[in-house]
This record gives sequence, C-alpha cells and structure tokens, in this order.
Amino acid sequence: MSRIARRFAALKEQGRGALIPYLQACDPDYDTSLALLRAMPGAGADLIEIGVPFSDPSADGPTIQLAARRGLKAGSSMVRVLEMVARFREDDADTPIILMGYLNPIEAYGHARFCADAARAGVDGLIVVDMPPEEADLLDGPAVEAGLDIIRLVAPTTDDVRLPVVCGHASGFIYYVSITGVTGTRTASSDELAAALPRLRAATDLPVAIGFGIRSPEQAAAAVRAADAAVVASALIATLEDSLDEQGRATPDTLPRVLAQLSALAEAVRSVRKA
Amino acid sequence: MSAADTSGAERGVAEALPNSLRAGPDPRGRFGIFGGRFVAETLMPLVLELDAAYAAAKADPAFRTELDYYLKDYVGRPSPLWFARRLTEELGGARIYMKREELNHTGSHKLNNVMGQILLARRMGRSRIVAETGAGQHGVATATVCALFGLKCTIYMGATDVERQKPNVFRMRLLGAEVVPVTSGAGTLKDAMNEAMRDWVTNVRDTYFLVGTVAGPHPYPQMVRDFQSVIGEETRTQMQEAEGRLPDVIVAAIGGGSNAMGIFHPFLDDPSVRLIGVEAAGRGLDSGETAASILRGRPGVLHGNRTYLLQNEDGQIDEAHSISAGLDYPGIGPEHSWLADIGRVEYVGATDDQALDAFQLCTRTEGIIPALESAHALAHAAVIAPTLSPETLLVVNISGRGDKDIFTVAAHLGVTL
Repeated sequence: MSRIARRFAALKEQGRGALIPYLQACDPDYDTSLALLRAMPGAGADLIEIGVPFSDPSADGPTIQLAARRGLKAGSSMVRVLEMVARFREDDADTPIILMGYLNPIEAYGHARFCADAARAGVDGLIVVDMPPEEADLLDGPAVEAGLDIIRLVAPTTDDVRLPVVCGHASGFIYYVSITGVTGTRTASSDELAAALPRLRAATDLPVAIGFGIRSPEQAAAAVRAADAAVVASALIATLEDSLDEQGRATPDTLPRVLAQLSALAEAVRSVRKA
Repeated sequence: MSAADTSGAERGVAEALPNSLRAGPDPRGRFGIFGGRFVAETLMPLVLELDAAYAAAKADPAFRTELDYYLKDYVGRPSPLWFARRLTEELGGARIYMKREELNHTGSHKLNNVMGQILLARRMGRSRIVAETGAGQHGVATATVCALFGLKCTIYMGATDVERQKPNVFRMRLLGAEVVPVTSGAGTLKDAMNEAMRDWVTNVRDTYFLVGTVAGPHPYPQMVRDFQSVIGEETRTQMQEAEGRLPDVIVAAIGGGSNAMGIFHPFLDDPSVRLIGVEAAGRGLDSGETAASILRGRPGVLHGNRTYLLQNEDGQIDEAHSISAGLDYPGIGPEHSWLADIGRVEYVGATDDQALDAFQLCTRTEGIIPALESAHALAHAAVIAPTLSPETLLVVNISGRGDKDIFTVAAHLGVTL
C-alpha cells in the first residue's frame, strides 16, 4: 500500500478528513522552505503538496505566480526540489509528499529518470496540471514502475462522459478543482460542492480532495465535510508573502505566521467528525 | 514546365491524401511527436468541444460559403502576387515575387484566420472573445471582427509590447476592445498567452479563445493552418497565371508560424518547391538574445502543445528577443517542428539588423513598407536571391504592413519622431 493510501486509510479509521497544505519549493529561499516543510506535519498537515516552480504557470493566479518567481530567483530547479524532499524524508517516513507542477520541467529532466529519482527521494505522487489523461502516456509507465501515484484533476467542466476516463487513469486520490478558474481566486459554495460530490463518488472509490479557493478554516471544514481532504495553497502563500521584508527575504515572523495559520486550518478540519 | 509541375497545379487545393505531408495531424492532434492537447482538465472538455465544432463547420458547405463571402468582400481577398521588378534588379538573381498579405483589411494575414474563427465562435454561441497579441496585428484583427459582429472583446498584450506598439493599442481601443497590459515575465507575447489562458479557464461558459497562430492545443494548430492556407492556394494559382509553373522557392517569416504555414502548406507535396522559414535571430543566433526556437530550442511542452522551445536545462522557458514584437516568442507551431525534423522545410535565422536593412530596402525599391516580421523574410531573400539563377521564381510572403513599426525603426535609426 502506498504512503498516500495508508494515510487516507488511517484517517478514515480516525473518522476525520485530511488537510493538505501547499508550499512552493525555494519560496522565498531553500532553507526557509525546507524548514517550513519539516514543520508542517507538526502543525497539522496530513499530506503535503510541494509546488515545483515553473516560469509559465498558466493555471495559477497571481499569488502562486509570484511564489514561483521567488522560487526560481532563489535557485529552484527539479534537482533542488528532489533534494528538499530527500532531506524531509530523513526524519519523516510517513507524511505523503506530492509534487504539483507543469510538465515541461519533468520532460526536461526525462520522464523515466525523473520518476525513478523522485521515488528515491521520497515523493509519493504527482499532479501535473497541464497533462490530461490523453497526454499521460510518456509519464504513466515510468510512474507506475517507480510506484508513484498520478493524481488526476477533475473540474466542474468534466462531463459525465469524460469523468470515467479521468478517474480510470487516477491513483492516490482525486483532486477536485472546485471552481472554473485559476488558483487562489473564487471559492466554491457549499451548495456547489454538495452538488458535485455525488457525481464524483459514483465514478471513483478513491479519496477526493477539494482544492482551488479554500482560504479560511470554515471553508476547509466545509470541504472535508463534503469530501475527504482540503487543499490550501494560495492562502498560506499569501501569509508567507506578507511576512517577507522589502527585499522579499524571510523574516523571523515567516515560519510562525504560516504555521499558526496552518494550525488553525488543521483544528477546523479535525473538528469535523466523519462517519 | 515539367509534368510533375502540371499535375501539381491541377491537384490545386484538393483534399490531402493519407500518404501526403498535408494529412496531419493525427486524431490526437499530433504531427509526429509534436502537438497534442496539454491543457488543464478544466479546459480539456472545451478543447474537445472545439474540435467537434470545427469538424462540423468544415464539413458544412454553408460555413465555407459564408467564410468566402467575408474573405472576398470584407478582408479583400484575393491578395495580389506582385512581381518586384526593382528589388529583383537591385539584388540580381532570382525573380522575386511578393504575396501581398499586407493589403488585407487590418494590414496583415491575421484576418484570414480571425475571420474563420469568429464565424466558428458564432456558430458555437459564444458571446465573448479573448485573444493574445504580440505586435498587435492579431489583436487588431480580432477587435475588428468583434466590432463587425458586436461581440465583447478582451485582448491580452504584454506591457512591453503595449509600449512598443502604441498605434495598434489605440486602434484596438477605438474598435471597442479592452486591452489588458500583462506585466508578468518580460511582458511579451508568451506572458500575454499565459494570461489569455487564465481568462479562458475562468470564463469557460461564454468565452471563445481566439488563438492567433498555428500553436496551442489541438485543434488550433490545424484550424489556424487551414484558415491561413488560402495564402498558399492563391499563390499557386497566381504563379501559374504569371509564369505558367510553380514557384521554386518560398520564403516566410516565423514567430508562431501562421503566415509561413499558410503559404507553405499547399506546397508540402511538391518536392520541387523549396520552402524556407525565417526565424528571428534577434541580436544573433548565439547571442542569447534570440527568438529562434527551432534553431536554438529543444522539444518541450508549453501553451498546450509539444514543440521546439527556447528553454534552460531545467525546463524553464527562456525569454525570447526580437526587434519584432510579433516574432518575440520562445516557441513555434508544432507542425513547423515536425517539418523541421523531417527536413521538408529549411529553417534559418535573420537578425534584428538584417531585418532593419531589408525593411528599408523593400521600402526604397518597391514603395512597400513591410512589417518588421515580414522584413525577416525579405532579409533572407536578399541573402539567397543573388546566388540563384534569373529563372528561379522566389516568393516572399509580405505578411503585414509596416506602418505600426515606424516608431521602432525610427528609434533604431536614431530619428526622433
């Protein structure tokens, strides 16, 4: 059983949903971002998504665009991202790590070499934003071979004909993009989520995480009430960004502020009892 | 005239055969390893819907009739094939013809594609149009048809380009379009493309994304090529009338590659016709400041397709550089990438300085002020024409007119307007 499956099974036993925070690698620098990554499980992260900085994040809103730019400026590369995961794994063998990003840095690294190195570093799953199932042939094989889950995105526009195709290629969990739009903008209403989930449940037995537009503890709680996990990205990055000094460098406030926000989100997520 | 040439001419614009170089893309939208549909899941159903809608329109004679009507009476087609007598004499060598796409309404080849796509958007019931633009030629063409049909129009344009293409920005606003300057990245075409995709993913229900070049997710590269192929089809007929045979060499500038694909495609199956695409070499192919994606890039994935891209070893996309805002893009249409790999089309570079020289040469000898984009094609024609025999028929695609560029050119020549 993969680390992701184990974690979701354990949470199900505990009768609660998962909180999945996101950070952008090397934002604002390698050391700060590694320190944040290491502190996240203690602050209530059940799984962690690491954004791989890309020069052209065309599905992301302004907050993550700026984070990617800071990460690249601080010297992020796929090699550095994998190194960061390996460092994290030195003292955390259980928290699943998912890399989220765009396909080109993976292509540049080489599909097979990337999957092997990522698995060796301790990565558990991949979310490749601009790789729909129809274009996954080059990555699917090496990912399966390396034991990496390919986590699929389902959107409000994914119709009933397409839904089984998307879910059929998925492993780990399903990432439900709760709005049409880029990251960190609008938030889906509880009604929208309530309407979307039965359709998804009918198409897959995998756990469902809800992402895009979850900012507050209340929204995170609503997401795990409807589904199995809540992904929070832009809201945490906005806090990080706000804590930086005028030159964009980390300050003594950076980690405490982001982790305090994460704890509040975790508390809300854990307050929801699930059958 | 050889027998092969006759049969080629008679074949004209006939449907491509399965074993033809014109048969692509495959059902997945691939040209060899290039192309595809690399978009976020939110957009995937829309891209599939567009594919079906385009296939239906293509099969409907009424769509063709409607498009032909607008191409003739609104765009002003056919565009002439002009024998450039003084330029031919000045360069000495090949007989130089110019395909006069700059005479189209709005001053470039862009309207050929925009006219086709706007009719499709109307068929699909979309009420709002978004587009990206570099030099502003595609933006102006898009704003124009939106005015013609009373549709809402938002144009994304890099902030750097807004600055260097002021006349086109003013034109778009006069036409009723909202022009949004994009400040991310270097503020050029690549950044405008990112922002247009973000708009599309946010406004999926009512919005049509009107891509301006032969790039992006399938079916855009194929669809834009089909709409632009009128350039090559006319060239074929017109050269037959003028010289009784096919041209020997066709030269066209390449940014994304739509004017080049439009004039090349009808000749892909005629091996006697040498096809040359001219990329913007910027300050030099090895200066690090170039837009020559095929000559200096590697295959990768950006903006919905796999194609040659200027990128670093980590797969981060480089900023392109060209004096011409329309060529200032680090990628290229996927069909060009394939044609480069199989060797059917030659790809070469022309620098900023060569383009500036050719811009002036064309203006002085023919009384035609070409776009800086087209000046890259003229620059390469000027290099090879003297090496070719006087019987050689060489066609240069004058994809746009240069009025929009006079401020840029003046600045480079040290003139204050």
